[in-house]
Amino acid sequence: MADELLTILGVGTSEGFQGPDAPAEADMYRCVHCGLCLSACPTYVVLGVETESPRGRIALMKAVNEGRIGVTERVVSHWEQCLQCRACEAVCPSGVPYGRMMANTRSQVMAQDKRSVNLNRISRLFLRGALPHPRRLRLGAHLLRVYQRSGLQKLLRLSRVLRLISRPLAGLEANLPVMDRHFFGPTKRVYRAQGEARLKVGLLSGCVMPLMQGSTMAATVRVLTRNGCDVVVPVGQGCCGALNIHAGDLEAGRGMARRNIDIFLNANVDRIVVASAGCSAAMREYDELLENDPDYGEKAHRFKELVVDVTALLASLPVDPPKAALNRRVTYQDPCHLVHAQRISSEPRAVLAAIPGLELVEMEQSTMCCGGAGIYSLVQPELAEKILSRKMGYVAATGAEQVVTANPGCMVQLEQGLRAMGDQSKVAHVVDLLDEAYRAESSARS
Amino acid sequence: MERDRFIGQLRDIVGDRNVIFHPEDLLVYEYDASIDRGLPQAVVLPADTDEVSRVMALAYREGVPVAGRGSGTGLSGGAIAAPGGIQVSFTRMNRILEVAIQDRTAIVEPGVINLDLDTHVRRLGLRYAPDPSSQRACSLGGNIAENAGGPHCLAYGTTTNHVLGMEVVLEDGAVVNLGSLARETPGYDLRGVFTGSEGTFGMATRIMVRLLPIPEAVKTYLGVFNDIESACTAVSSVIGHGIVPAALEIMDATTIRAIQQSMDAGYPEDAGAVLLVELEGLLEEVDEVGQEVESALWDTGATAVKEALETSERERLWSGRKSAFGAFGHIAPNLYLVDGVVPRSRLTEVLARVGQIGEQYGITIANVFHAGDGNLHPCMLFDERQPGELDRVIEASGEILKVCVEAGGTLTGEHGVGLEKKEYMPLVYSQADMDAMIQVRQAFAPANMLNPGKIFPDGVPHRPAARRPDPTMSV
Repeated sequence: MADELLTILGVGTSEGFQGPDAPAEADMYRCVHCGLCLSACPTYVVLGVETESPRGRIALMKAVNEGRIGVTERVVSHWEQCLQCRACEAVCPSGVPYGRMMANTRSQVMAQDKRSVNLNRISRLFLRGALPHPRRLRLGAHLLRVYQRSGLQKLLRLSRVLRLISRPLAGLEANLPVMDRHFFGPTKRVYRAQGEARLKVGLLSGCVMPLMQGSTMAATVRVLTRNGCDVVVPVGQGCCGALNIHAGDLEAGRGMARRNIDIFLNANVDRIVVASAGCSAAMREYDELLENDPDYGEKAHRFKELVVDVTALLASLPVDPPKAALNRRVTYQDPCHLVHAQRISSEPRAVLAAIPGLELVEMEQSTMCCGGAGIYSLVQPELAEKILSRKMGYVAATGAEQVVTANPGCMVQLEQGLRAMGDQSKVAHVVDLLDEAYRAESSARS
Repeated sequence: MERDRFIGQLRDIVGDRNVIFHPEDLLVYEYDASIDRGLPQAVVLPADTDEVSRVMALAYREGVPVAGRGSGTGLSGGAIAAPGGIQVSFTRMNRILEVAIQDRTAIVEPGVINLDLDTHVRRLGLRYAPDPSSQRACSLGGNIAENAGGPHCLAYGTTTNHVLGMEVVLEDGAVVNLGSLARETPGYDLRGVFTGSEGTFGMATRIMVRLLPIPEAVKTYLGVFNDIESACTAVSSVIGHGIVPAALEIMDATTIRAIQQSMDAGYPEDAGAVLLVELEGLLEEVDEVGQEVESALWDTGATAVKEALETSERERLWSGRKSAFGAFGHIAPNLYLVDGVVPRSRLTEVLARVGQIGEQYGITIANVFHAGDGNLHPCMLFDERQPGELDRVIEASGEILKVCVEAGGTLTGEHGVGLEKKEYMPLVYSQADMDAMIQVRQAFAPANMLNPGKIFPDGVPHRPAARRPDPTMSV
């Protein structure tokens, strides 16, 4: 009956998914459509329609797989509206590996050239054109920083000249990420542990974080050395490839993964530390990504075992409590790829709890996505905005003076949310606060 | 085209964005959490009672059947559209309108999620007692339609014991009020008749519920047993002591294994069965009764008895129980959940028969159930891709229901009849009994436009078609 209606309505049939990167049938049919994921999904909660729910998106994968429908523009739009926050995965009693399925599904969409214009453009310019090329990124960031700090930006914004030329351009300009005063980057130098070294760690510098949050990266180094780690930031490393993988560009992602595996395994470190939750999550899944790669399969597995998010490493050491107090009321936003993809939630809180004077006020639904989600806020600005404003309501209700999180994308998104509420405060990374407390020790002494 | 005109009219009522009608989009509304399917011709998302009423009036005039849909977590096909029908989805009507702390009542819209209501009122020192396993996702409108239960219904009763009144839209769009915030209803108790009517009488658009105070003390025990028989004996022994626990839940070895694969709920993996006992009440009372429960468990052959000492531990024990159905995905790709009720005293013998039926049909059956109520949930684990397996599952489930009825029990504890069990209704009711029910339905919905084809046998056997590709077919 249902299929008759589909035929009458003229959706046509398809040949399903093709090729080695197709979402696995065994994954898809693990979903027993119980619906327990619905209330965890930010897009479903905001929109109230099942096409924008994890169960619905899987049903569409199944329907394509069964040849009931083709990969139509409409179907693609539902897949693209997924944040890939993986909150559904964390609550799924059947253990459906949703993150992997969505990445594979998007690779199919890409292979069939059915991606939205928006995603295609961003992908060409940014995901393939910039992310894998550290030098291009740095050059761009330099130019941007000059633009932002020379007064040119202020002038242009005041003059409203851009709005006269093109409204979309002005919109894009308004959303430009603010570059950090200090850039960070790979170096041949070894940052020595204070006191006896307990561990030698390799730090991921990555792509945009050292440019947008260079000071957080520097704080990460200081916090690690203070806690007995020799830190190296191996030269030759690059972006982790998470954003490419999420967008379905698995091939580009694999190339980036291989480069980092080579560099870090050669660096001979005890742990590979990552200050960006999205990156640590992706790097801990390199083994799945390179599963069928005869040369890298085993290396990827070794690599993955070494990767640790900085919050988890600090909590496990455990962190040396600062002797100076930071009298401040903060609230913590769980980065999706820390809490859902890696199930790490108590560790960052334990690090915060080690800081004297710091009061953590939990917000409602701290594990629900803020709408940043990598490049999501660029590809789906409207929906990202809806999800963000809901989040900011919960943030405001805590009465916290500062928002803390552990991922660069969340930091940028939450800061935008604060600006929209007229709040000029800076969003901190967990290590920023720890570093601030350590630095207060010396000023307290002097 | 006829359909275009109808959809245009729906869009005029609720707004363009709130009618889903593209075929690909409708595909995600063809199922609930069980195995039946049916593609609606449109899904409408009204914002308020007035829009619901206008949508219903339009569908009535056009002769289009209507099914209500909350979160689509039901287990008997209640939310599935009849052929050519539409669904009215209540996700936009999800506000908690009023909580009266002193009166211990709340007024909510039907799309409010069960757990959201409970969480909201707990901050005010109250609770909403019915707690179906899907409470994280299921809506109160759906709870009313199916008269949903849950582990804690042993002590507190099912949804019908917690709904005081509601505003209802009838099939022709008329809006009526049933029951009220007052505890007594002069005249007929239509609120009671409506609760559990599985969407065939009308759509509740505003719901008044009773709230309970949060108990002073809660104690949760996990009794570990070598086999399911001793766990059942323990249940009889606890109740034989005159104790009314808040919940008594049994899980068998297969269930324990599935849950522990999905999460660490704290159940020993080599156990033959576990029994969860929860006590609620005053501090002294719970302490005293707790000792009796402990000795009852040891006396009936428990190999271990653990008490949850912290809230997090209790939550972990419950979280395992509540994710059991989904966790079966770790064992088999398909699950069919049976919902039979038997007198508590016959639990052991009926479970043995269920085991035999499983062997006879070659199907793995796991058991996780509300032991205190004698509400069995045999879970058939299977693979739809194996030719003929779904048919065997359906046949075996029929056998199990017959065994339940023969033992003095009935067809459903809390999931409803829906599409799923309608052909078994004659096992428990005579034609005259069913005619009496149909007459009541005719009083509410004379044209039978709401969820037609459900609850009562119509000669169409229940044979949901296998959906997954046949692995023997080359692609």
